[in-house]
Amino acid sequence: MKTQNIMIVGVGGQGSLLASKLLGRMLLQKGYDIKVSEVHGMSQRGGSVVTYVRFGDKVYSPVIDKGEADFIVSFELLEAARWTEYLKPGGKIVVNTQQISPMPVITGAAEYPQGLAEQMKSAGLNVDAFDALALAQQAGSSKAVNIVLMGHLSKNFDFTEEEWMDAIEKSVPAKFLELNKTAFRLGRNA
Amino acid sequence: MKTLMLGNEAVARGLFEAGCSFISSYPGTPSTEITECAALYKEMYAEWAPNEKVAMEAAFGASLAGKRSFCAMKHVGLNVAADPLFTIGYTGVNGGMVIGVADDAGMHSSQNEQDSRHYARASKIPMLEPSDSAEALAFTKLAYDLSEEFDTPVFIKMCTRVAHSQSIVEPSSRIEVSKTYEKTPQKYIMMPGNAKLRHPIVEARTRKLIAWAETCEINRVEAGADRSMGIITSSTSYQYVKEVCGDKYPVLKLGMIWPLPEKKIIDFAKSVDTLVIVEELDSFIENHCRQLGLDCIGKEKFSCIGEFSQNLVAEKLGVDTVAGTKLDAAIPPRPPVMCAGCPHRGLFYTLAKNKVTALGDIGCYTLGAVPPLAALDTTICMGASISGLHGFTKAGGADEKKAVAVIGDSTFMHSGMTGLVNMAYNESNGTVIIVDNSITGMTGHQQNPTTGFNLKGDPCTKIDLESFCRAIGIRRVRVVDPYDLKQCDEAIKEETAADEPSVIISRRPCALLKYVKHKKPIIADPNKCVGCKACMKIGCPAISISGGKATIDNTLCTGCGVCAQLCKLDALQAAKEV
Repeated sequence: MKTQNIMIVGVGGQGSLLASKLLGRMLLQKGYDIKVSEVHGMSQRGGSVVTYVRFGDKVYSPVIDKGEADFIVSFELLEAARWTEYLKPGGKIVVNTQQISPMPVITGAAEYPQGLAEQMKSAGLNVDAFDALALAQQAGSSKAVNIVLMGHLSKNFDFTEEEWMDAIEKSVPAKFLELNKTAFRLGRNA
Repeated sequence: MKTLMLGNEAVARGLFEAGCSFISSYPGTPSTEITECAALYKEMYAEWAPNEKVAMEAAFGASLAGKRSFCAMKHVGLNVAADPLFTIGYTGVNGGMVIGVADDAGMHSSQNEQDSRHYARASKIPMLEPSDSAEALAFTKLAYDLSEEFDTPVFIKMCTRVAHSQSIVEPSSRIEVSKTYEKTPQKYIMMPGNAKLRHPIVEARTRKLIAWAETCEINRVEAGADRSMGIITSSTSYQYVKEVCGDKYPVLKLGMIWPLPEKKIIDFAKSVDTLVIVEELDSFIENHCRQLGLDCIGKEKFSCIGEFSQNLVAEKLGVDTVAGTKLDAAIPPRPPVMCAGCPHRGLFYTLAKNKVTALGDIGCYTLGAVPPLAALDTTICMGASISGLHGFTKAGGADEKKAVAVIGDSTFMHSGMTGLVNMAYNESNGTVIIVDNSITGMTGHQQNPTTGFNLKGDPCTKIDLESFCRAIGIRRVRVVDPYDLKQCDEAIKEETAADEPSVIISRRPCALLKYVKHKKPIIADPNKCVGCKACMKIGCPAISISGGKATIDNTLCTGCGVCAQLCKLDALQAAKEV
């Protein structure tokens, strides 16, 4: 199988590491060769962060380059717009419509661009935008945005809901298990 | 059973399987997780040392005692440990000793992008360079065998993309290794008479290692049908080359980056029309090829700046890539910021307000340099704030106002304290501010000598910063709460006016620590707010202006109350705690 590329982008602290952990666990169960590349250190402090997940028969590079991503999963609207160049022609952007202002916007040095989802669509990109934060809050915690997004992404793959639930059980602490399962289902059904 | 492991986690697994029993490190991105993961194995003793020099010397001591030992650090940490490094290269080891060093091409979380491979050559210590997690595990085990066979410490060199990428490994079981110590003065006492005898042994060792490099499996030629080009590469660059070229061209994949083989490289070069070297950062392999008299393409095509990727390698090799779609909209950057509730914020606001020259250091608080706080003047290396302040003050850099140094608790223990001794001893007049957030923050919450806990999380001796500063001769030592702006302001004004060196300890635990209880979010009253933006001066990500009024993001706000102290109209108020 040709290598598949999933980019998970967002704002440092939003929980992208758990999302990639869940994906990695799922793909390992399915017997793929996998590489997951994460960001640690300074960028985690509220900066723009990106995680690369690649799987297939044989994966070499740990990163995804411009024009290569089959999916961009974004925790935040501006971050989706920042990384569109990495999307493969025909690829898909799954994006949480939540907006988090970066410091240059907060200080008034820059503006948060308006109508980004529409701009992405009119640029010919396949955009699946939805309010993952509301679903996470419905599941019981705004921190579950990561799992809601994974649930929504899961619709694009042939893996069964049982297989995903199994991977969730192996990726999250027991006391948050039910919350995360609910969050995943809400995302998957959205 | 196959499992996914971070490169750093795989090194830790390699340590476990190789029978390593002593680990001493100082945290630094991207090396930190090696030691954190190793600490999870009860069979291995693991600790955070106050700095990399101490860590390496401790690992040497454990090797001397006959145990397999390890120390880890980031590339700049190796500079700190360079002193023991060069001499341990002479003494060699008793139990196997491995040094983990992690480079950060692209400077994801570093102040420079130095290339650690030069240290291998300079200290004459062999260096293995894995390209994924499976190799990280295997090479770590191999490093111990080489260390004991050739009587030398051995480097495991990681880089961000290998250290922080997960890939598949197959763990196996642990072996136990132990030797006894026998007094051997000629080998271990490096005074000139003995060192003169050791140097030729080191040179002979290198020749033996070159012979090993000629035939070892980790320096392997991968066949390719198209011999118009042959590529020599290693580490993550190897992955990019294979991603782009697959099996088209022959590739010499180097697992040991120093010393490099000679005949193997010459034979490979002869087997292809054009020799291409793909390596990140400096021209290390390329220089070696040129020394061997080989014509090659290296840094004239592949930059010594930043990290590579598959598209970059494709472009340089003339392979087509697919373009993506860039939006026309101007996308504002999103630089890292101090977290909401960060205890450093109140202090930096006060420094900026008082227009004090502030020499900074390495840690989360480096973010105090970012607007709107913009409260720092320098960032060089661990400890440089204090020693730099001494020189700056002595040279008359601070005129009517004194300058200050800003340094974290862990960084102060690492290499700030010797600078403070210098200030006391040579009587300079600056103010040192220790921003004590009771943890090593930037690298992800590691304990240090001031926190009262060790790497395993057990209670231990806690260094008392106030007593320490007084003991070395600083008479003016005071503690402030950085959430209290008035207290900070008074302390900075008084201490910078004093006619002797002083220390302010700005103390409050990192807001991200699990035991820190947050207050309810601040309540913004739109009826009182006039949109003056006084609260925006602290650069808190939880505050923004919406419709001309200050608004608080309840998911981020920790209720620290620093913003409320800036609002003259009481439009920002603490919520009632139940």
